[in-house]
Amino acid sequence: MDFISPPYLSRNASVRSVMARVLFALLPGVAVYACLIGPVILLQIAIASATALAAEAAMLKLRGKPLRPFVTDGSALVTAWLIALTFPPIAPWWLTAFGALVAIVIAKHLYGGLGQNPFNPAMVAFAACIVSFPALMSQWPSLTLETRFIDQILAVLGVSKELDALTSATPLDVLKTALRLAPGTPIAETLSDTKIHGFIGSRTWECVAAAYLLGGLWLLRCKVIRWHAPTGFLAGVVALSAVCWLFDPGRFAPPLFHVFSGGVVLGAFFIVTDPVSGCASAKGRLIFGFAAGILAYTIRVFGGYPDGVAFSVLILNLCAPLVDLMTRPPVFGMKKK
Amino acid sequence: MPSGLSRRLFRFKGGVEPDTHKAESSLTPIGKAPLPSRLILPLHQSVGACATPCVRVGETLLKGQRIGNADGWISAAVHAPTSGKVVAIEDRPSAHASGLPTLSVVIEPDGLETWVERAPLDVTARSPDEVRKALRDAGIVGLGGAVFPTHAKLTAAKSTAIDEVVINGAECEPFMSCDDLLMRERAEDVVRGASIFRDLLEPKRVLIGIEDNKPEAARAMRRAVEALGFDFEVVVVPTRYPTGAAKQLIRVLTGKEIPSTRRSPEMGVQCFNVGTAYSAWRFVALGEPLISRVVTLTGNVESAGNWETLIGTPFEEFVALGRPKPDTERFLMGGPMMGFEIPDLSAPVVKACNCVIAASSSLFPPPPPEMPCIRCGACAEACPHELLPFELYRFSRAQKFDKAVELSIDECIECGCCAYVCPSRIPLVQYFRFAKSEIDARRKEKAKADATRARIEQRKAREERLKAEKAERLAAAAVKTSGAGGGDGADAAKKALIEAAVERARLQREAHPPKNPETPASVEAAEKTPDPAVNPGDATR
Ligand code: SF4
Ligand code: SF4
Repeated sequence: MDFISPPYLSRNASVRSVMARVLFALLPGVAVYACLIGPVILLQIAIASATALAAEAAMLKLRGKPLRPFVTDGSALVTAWLIALTFPPIAPWWLTAFGALVAIVIAKHLYGGLGQNPFNPAMVAFAACIVSFPALMSQWPSLTLETRFIDQILAVLGVSKELDALTSATPLDVLKTALRLAPGTPIAETLSDTKIHGFIGSRTWECVAAAYLLGGLWLLRCKVIRWHAPTGFLAGVVALSAVCWLFDPGRFAPPLFHVFSGGVVLGAFFIVTDPVSGCASAKGRLIFGFAAGILAYTIRVFGGYPDGVAFSVLILNLCAPLVDLMTRPPVFGMKKK
Repeated sequence: MPSGLSRRLFRFKGGVEPDTHKAESSLTPIGKAPLPSRLILPLHQSVGACATPCVRVGETLLKGQRIGNADGWISAAVHAPTSGKVVAIEDRPSAHASGLPTLSVVIEPDGLETWVERAPLDVTARSPDEVRKALRDAGIVGLGGAVFPTHAKLTAAKSTAIDEVVINGAECEPFMSCDDLLMRERAEDVVRGASIFRDLLEPKRVLIGIEDNKPEAARAMRRAVEALGFDFEVVVVPTRYPTGAAKQLIRVLTGKEIPSTRRSPEMGVQCFNVGTAYSAWRFVALGEPLISRVVTLTGNVESAGNWETLIGTPFEEFVALGRPKPDTERFLMGGPMMGFEIPDLSAPVVKACNCVIAASSSLFPPPPPEMPCIRCGACAEACPHELLPFELYRFSRAQKFDKAVELSIDECIECGCCAYVCPSRIPLVQYFRFAKSEIDARRKEKAKADATRARIEQRKAREERLKAEKAERLAAAAVKTSGAGGGDGADAAKKALIEAAVERARLQREAHPPKNPETPASVEAAEKTPDPAVNPGDATR
């Protein structure tokens, strides 16, 4: 019968239930991914999850924190899944594990653990790996070849001899190469290549993105996330890609293609919505999302990396406290008329 | 427009919608709690100064006899709830979260219930100031839980006429139903009470706000308003905690937002609880001072309900009326959102006590361990004062109190919405209370230091003034002596000298006008800082 501080009632929300719902919302995307790209993603998720949980437990122990509430809060799993889903599915196992380690040990616990990290841990992992192992992080499975599951597994285990045969450039790579190397080639021609283009976005990946979208909308519905950050992010990508596309449709892909390629949808609903490293006010989240969207497109189209979501989010993480400071909402009774 | 159907309502941001649990206690009519074996009356039962005792141990009292006089304007009298004998005037455990003892008059009832002489107050024959004073001496205070002396709210601001008087029947705290039952059973007296407030404040409109989960109360009040022929509007408002907090209800009904830096009359509105209106009417019509109130007894009990309870009834005798179940662990005073655990059941029911809840861990599960804040922003969305609770929490925890003040921690009404929604289950309100008390202590210290400094300056000024006056006197004396005998030339020189001294003295006097550092604390300051010692429960209403 200890002292309990009022209120005595609670909505009974918990960090665990929030994280569990995020994981649940990722399931459709994972399922479509496993079916269309390859079940190897499940193996990657397992590797990332196991590493992340082990790292979490070890760090908690080192920091003298209670294990149970934190290992089971689900936050490490969310990070692990995002790492698995943003890394190439045929990345070698140690790369995925390394990413998970970087995320949990450096990006999360060295900054103080749950709730304290200024950067999105999964994006820190992605950035660290793409900078350190650019080649491995760019090996995306070819979607036109009939790759067998066993080949993918061998690749992950690092014993595959002919890795090159499995991989091909991603649609975004193709676009960028076209933009750089053959400025004259009309983009429509490149895009008409069915190896790259699906219905509206990148071939096959657009289906995975649509599944993420489904999960994201569900998260919105059950109010785990708010609309501001995703809307801002998508608006940012669409706005800049539309401007470029209208300016020169010969050189730039249409907005919808960009939204349904790479990590944009996953980013919009599962990454820029990370509360810890993002903004807290509604206006701040809109700004955060929009700026990240603009940056993501810029890096993706004009930068040196295949996709821009990770770097744009990290840069915005850096700005979040400032944005929060500048978007502090007026309190009750203090509004200007 | 007595139906009030077409009034445009406003929304306040935030708020939460917990299960109301009102049905349990609102099914049976208000009962009359029996005379307890002993009555304990704390003398400090309102915001402001503690009443001063005006009876002696051993004295025989009549029901309704005054036992404590109001001390100053922000204070209210206390009365004997029954006839009997004063057996002690001593410190007794109080109905406060701290349980700290407070000076109380203990009465042993004689069971006769002999009233003092009662006379209705002819409001029309009295000046408004006389009516206010009479209300103060009848011990009428805000019964929503804030126990602010009612008479002190019955003066319009000099600069602004009152547009609206809001009568608060929202009763937004879960479990509570005392106002609901009062409105259902005694609607006409509530409405008549509201008319007293109207006569004193002369507003353009009287709005009676009732949450839509109390349709019966709203009907009864509408009927009463019609029957009495008043033009009050009964307005049904959406159920949403904390609509019953004065500022939120004012916002919903009038659209006005009152910051903590201003008093509501300055913005042309004033708010009273329905129970307050009722007891004001009892006093005016029958001459009965405030000696009882309706208290909800609910929660983990066999029979929940509402009781007309004498102020001063010990909780142990009161809670027995509901037959608490064996697994009851604690009793809460006030609602589950803003109430607190009664630390000692020998403490009495006071004017602030609107509800007692028997709590068990199945009814209110103990919270799981606190997790770190994940900045999800849920608390900010739920805060009816549009604060950033997670930032306030961060600064309170780090003891950066000036930052918390910068982020308007003073606006926090401790409604608990933020803690209610927090997924990390952080006891945010507890942090805010701690921070506020620290801030308050620092402010008091600073005020004290300022006063001391002012005193020293004043003394210095006085000394200099005395010195100057002395010089003046000496100079004047010199004039006299020189006038008595002396040559003309020397005389003129002396005169010039004297004039110079007088002038110097005058200049000095002007440079140090007398100061009075101990200006009595203003009425407003007292109103804006409700005394926590008597302001424990649903302090919002
Ligand atoms: S609701 Fe709790 S966890 Fe979320 S931001 Fe507020 S304090 Fe932090
Ligand atoms: S307790 Fe204070 S900070 Fe929390 S919701 Fe209520 S007013 Fe806002």
